[in-house]
Amino acid sequence: MCAAPFYLKVQMSPILQINGLNKAFGAVTVADDLSFALQQGEALGVIGPNGAGKTTMFNLITGTLAPDKGAILFKGENVTKHSAARRCRAGMARSFQVPQPFSGMSVFENAMVAATQSSGLSGQVAEQLCLDVLDQTALLNKANTLAGSLTLLDRKRLELTRALCAKPKLLMLDEIAGGLTESECTSLIQTIKDIHASGVSIIWIEHVVHALLAVVDRLIVIDFGSKIAEGAPKEIMASPEVQEIYLGIEVDA
Amino acid sequence: MSDQPHEISRSSQAARVAAVLGALIIIILVAAPWWAGRADMRLMGELFLYLALASLWNLMAGYAGLVSVGQQAYVGFGGYMLFALTIFGGLHPVFAIAGAGVLGALIAIPVATLIFRLRGAYFAIGTWVIAEVFRLSFAQLSALGGGSGSSLPVGIVRSLASSRSGRESLSYWMALGAAVTAITVVYLMLRSRRGLALTAIRDNELAAGSLGIDIWRTKFVVYVVASGLTAMLGALIFLQKLRISPDAAFSVNDWTAFVIFIVVIGGIGTIEGPIIGTLIFFALRETLADLGTTYLIVLGVVAIVVMLKAPKGVWGFIVERYDIQLLPLRYRVNVKEHAKR
Ligand SMILES: Nc1ncnc2c1ncn2[C@@H]1O[C@H](COP(=O)(O)OP(=O)(O)OP(=O)(O)O)[C@@H](O)[C@H]1O
Ligand SMILES: [Mg+2]
Repeated sequence: MCAAPFYLKVQMSPILQINGLNKAFGAVTVADDLSFALQQGEALGVIGPNGAGKTTMFNLITGTLAPDKGAILFKGENVTKHSAARRCRAGMARSFQVPQPFSGMSVFENAMVAATQSSGLSGQVAEQLCLDVLDQTALLNKANTLAGSLTLLDRKRLELTRALCAKPKLLMLDEIAGGLTESECTSLIQTIKDIHASGVSIIWIEHVVHALLAVVDRLIVIDFGSKIAEGAPKEIMASPEVQEIYLGIEVDA
Repeated sequence: MSDQPHEISRSSQAARVAAVLGALIIIILVAAPWWAGRADMRLMGELFLYLALASLWNLMAGYAGLVSVGQQAYVGFGGYMLFALTIFGGLHPVFAIAGAGVLGALIAIPVATLIFRLRGAYFAIGTWVIAEVFRLSFAQLSALGGGSGSSLPVGIVRSLASSRSGRESLSYWMALGAAVTAITVVYLMLRSRRGLALTAIRDNELAAGSLGIDIWRTKFVVYVVASGLTAMLGALIFLQKLRISPDAAFSVNDWTAFVIFIVVIGGIGTIEGPIIGTLIFFALRETLADLGTTYLIVLGVVAIVVMLKAPKGVWGFIVERYDIQLLPLRYRVNVKEHAKR
């Protein structure tokens, strides 16, 4: 007991814990005995090559996919059998890597769906939350635009907007920084830092490594469905496994 | 954002004009017994019932994604319940109509739990199978005439109103009331918090589920409410026909195919669509009815042309061009005048 590291004593219980998750599509294993824990208020980065199984891991955690084996504990409760909707109402929100807008609804209405259905707000409180988040994600000037007519970049912004309007305790972001200009990326980083500072726990899958490293406290590396490295961002980025995967990618933290 | 430069409005100029016009039209229609002939009132009564059926089918298929081709199950069930409750239960027809609605909703509960296990095309087939089961079951009921059906006893018809014109006015008003009720129920449902959930389900089930919407339960509520109201409409329809038989009561052509035509032509997934579709359907029917089978072919051709040229229906076509809505369902973010720079 005395050997427990200092940070385990000061931090609270984990908000998310996944134990031995397995998932296979036919003969292809996309999650291979995945386990890790996320502490309350922590920001965790996830990297790994294309097709490694990062998005699949999000699908398993949020309940879009059912694991073949393993368990997911959210706020200490086993949610493995719970629907995606129930997990969302319990405080998980995600963005989709391939945006899934409500095409026939306006940007503002998309936000309202999240605010009313997951955080259970209504009336002016819900409307004000949506306005504030849209302002934060730089979509307020497109509030009345039909989501179906947005550009890919704006659709990604809408993904972030909806996830934030769900007022999550655990925010899961799947590649939202790709394609942004330098200044847009800087303001995105600031937005996510602000959200993190407000106490929200974060898991962020991102290929734009410098953005990720500006925010996260810890990094895990996934390849062929299994976790091949985990630890402090700088050490992980310097490790031979990651160097091999990210050969040629400049790491400027 | 201390001075809140943005405000949300749900109404629009067009919606306010439409509300006034709608109220005027309803008043004129209520007064129809004093200005319309007997045949016109019959036609309008039928039109209202189709409008109600179409609005409910649109709520199910256009919003909740429940593409049922078996709503004739509830039309027929409601019709039979009217006969059973008045003849054997001794209820006044008006109470029997309400009773048919309640019983329709109750029977929809086990049906939903059964067919909701089916997806996509299998769901549609499942609804049709259920309707066939209903038809075959009622054909076995010898007390209600079995396969050849039965007529509503004169006494029960008289209990509605003593004079023929009184009865005709009453059934006209009930049909008008049914259409107004159906559209109002759909409107209120869509304007509420549940409406946001339903519209989200219409557009993207994956995202809807991930944002906390209980898709099964939302669809279940829609199915039960729409089916109960459809059973009430069935009771009303057969109160006008005065005669019921399994083939007429559970006709897939009359109570589902025409209804789908109306919704698809008018614009699925909008409240206005079924209204426009009903008008188009009756206009076609009244001008082409003399052509016999050709009339059905024309209906088919119109349906195909609309699906190819304007897949969102006539109303969708209009909205794409003019960005208007007659019923204030949407949220619009406006910049307050004084906050503009
Ligand atoms: N529903 C599915 N059915 C079959 N195979 C799937 C399915 N979803 C994902 N896969 C496969 O699983 C593997 C992992 O995919 P996943 O999307 O999780 O990777 P990823 O790490 O998110 O990749 P990327 O960085 O490109 O987003 C891929 O080979 C993919 O083709
Ligand atoms: Mg991915």
